[in-house]
Amino acid sequence: MNRTPKPSFQYIYRVILGYMLLTLGAIAFGLPFFWMLSTSLKPIEDVFIIPIKWIPNPIKWNNYIEALTIFPFGRYFINSTKITLLSIIGHLISCTLAAYGFARIPFKGRELLFFLLLGTMMLPSQVTIIPIFIIFKKLGWVNTHLPLYVPSFFGGAFYIFLLRQYFMTIPVELEEAAIMDGCGYLRIFWNIYLPLSKNALITVIIFSFMGSWNDFFRPLIFINSPDKFTIPLGLAGFRSEMGNYWHYLMAASVVAVIPCILLYFFFQRYFIEGITLTGLKG
Amino acid sequence: MRLLRSKKLRINLVGYGFVLLSVLGIFFFNLGPMLSSFYLAFCEYDIITPPKFIGLANFYNIITNDEIFWKALINTIYYVGVSVPLRLILAFLIAILLNQKIRGMGLYRTIFYLPTITSGVAMALIWTWVLDPSFGIINTVLRFFGIQGPGWLGDPKWAMPGIILVALWQVGTQVIIFLSGLQNVPVQFYEAAEIDGAGSFRKHISITIPLISPIFFFNLVIGIIQSFQVFDKVYIMTRGGPANATIVYVMYLYERAFTWLKMGYGSALAWILFFIIMLLTLLQFKFSKWVYYEGG
Repeated sequence: MNRTPKPSFQYIYRVILGYMLLTLGAIAFGLPFFWMLSTSLKPIEDVFIIPIKWIPNPIKWNNYIEALTIFPFGRYFINSTKITLLSIIGHLISCTLAAYGFARIPFKGRELLFFLLLGTMMLPSQVTIIPIFIIFKKLGWVNTHLPLYVPSFFGGAFYIFLLRQYFMTIPVELEEAAIMDGCGYLRIFWNIYLPLSKNALITVIIFSFMGSWNDFFRPLIFINSPDKFTIPLGLAGFRSEMGNYWHYLMAASVVAVIPCILLYFFFQRYFIEGITLTGLKG
Repeated sequence: MRLLRSKKLRINLVGYGFVLLSVLGIFFFNLGPMLSSFYLAFCEYDIITPPKFIGLANFYNIITNDEIFWKALINTIYYVGVSVPLRLILAFLIAILLNQKIRGMGLYRTIFYLPTITSGVAMALIWTWVLDPSFGIINTVLRFFGIQGPGWLGDPKWAMPGIILVALWQVGTQVIIFLSGLQNVPVQFYEAAEIDGAGSFRKHISITIPLISPIFFFNLVIGIIQSFQVFDKVYIMTRGGPANATIVYVMYLYERAFTWLKMGYGSALAWILFFIIMLLTLLQFKFSKWVYYEGG
């Protein structure tokens, strides 16, 4: 049995091949980002030349200032931030409460309601968006930010499901002891479940953030006046009005993308956990 | 006895209290709108004048004399039919590469995942520029190999492939789902296969793919559902053009309902879409014998 040298050769060969393929793939996947960054730092006359210039020279930082002032991107940034924060708060309040109810309180009709809730995940949003638009129109909420964050105060199946799964892993004994001591459900929820579920809460915050920060369809439908635009809407408007000013467009895109990238760098594992726990989103 | 009943009642009330907001959400933002959208599908409604019941007229018109509907449906099927299988294969291959125990994996994983977590609108903008026929990087690379690249988004034949490229670039979620599946495959299986002399390719075909077939199935089902609803990319990159070459289902629905304010017609379109998606999902479950469930 003289087989020992062979696997080790094979191993090295496989590692090298693995790295090569990975690097090739990473270049293909990273190149558009590099191209965005590179274009965003070029003077306009370097944007439209052949052969293309990969590295901007001279570097024109001013593109960012110009791009962000030609269009009121500061305003869009504030609007997006406000809507996103309120959505997160809404989801945190409504979804943690519901998740605890569904996980731990044996009330009548619980299974049916939970089943209905899961059912809403399968409903394509196109089926409900028209009546929802009509409701908000009748309420006079169209062209305000209300339709973009108020619904999050009324739950979200994906987050409730995720939190419920998490709450179910917390030992019931903790709760039983607390009940013996005369604690109410609200106290248990607040003092035991929430502090023990930090990871799940962060996951909800992240997905809620991405959902509303990157949302395009709903702002497109509900918002008309430019001073109420969110960042994605602003980018789309920028594109249709500024057409070929690609250095500005790419600078604005960089600004739109940065918060998501930062969030990912700091909270990588919560992204992965959220996806593998539920298999959804994205 | 009385005490017991009041305790039960108390638990019920407390329970409803906890789920109240979400139950209101189910009724106000899901079931209610679902029912009224169903009713509106049989009406003519422009928001200003009250809805007028017109029976099956919307559905009849859509199916018999709405060319753009058929165009949008065919384009969407084209998009789904090409992008879903390619994305599955690509995501699986990337996941296999990422499943190696080598250094720097975190960085690689980040690069593959970034296009998925960032704003779809920004991604579509980047790609519009990447696909620019004269100054974009794709055609530059092609030129380097002596190939004259197509006009991409400006060319009716190449606009849809251009959009599909963006979809291929956004496979991060599927990669992560595959990766978590790969990490659950017991190492002993591979060791046994190695003793039998199986090579790397053979191992993946005979062990990995059958064992993670439920994940393939999951990604396939979700992939089809989500691809049928493609919108952001198309809206930003082509607005359905040139010459309706990339008009997709939700794009068309959006135009009818929110640009033309044909809410009844739009609702009918939404229900047809819902029906198609449901049907496809059921069919996949019916033909899911190829999926291997451990112990099942």
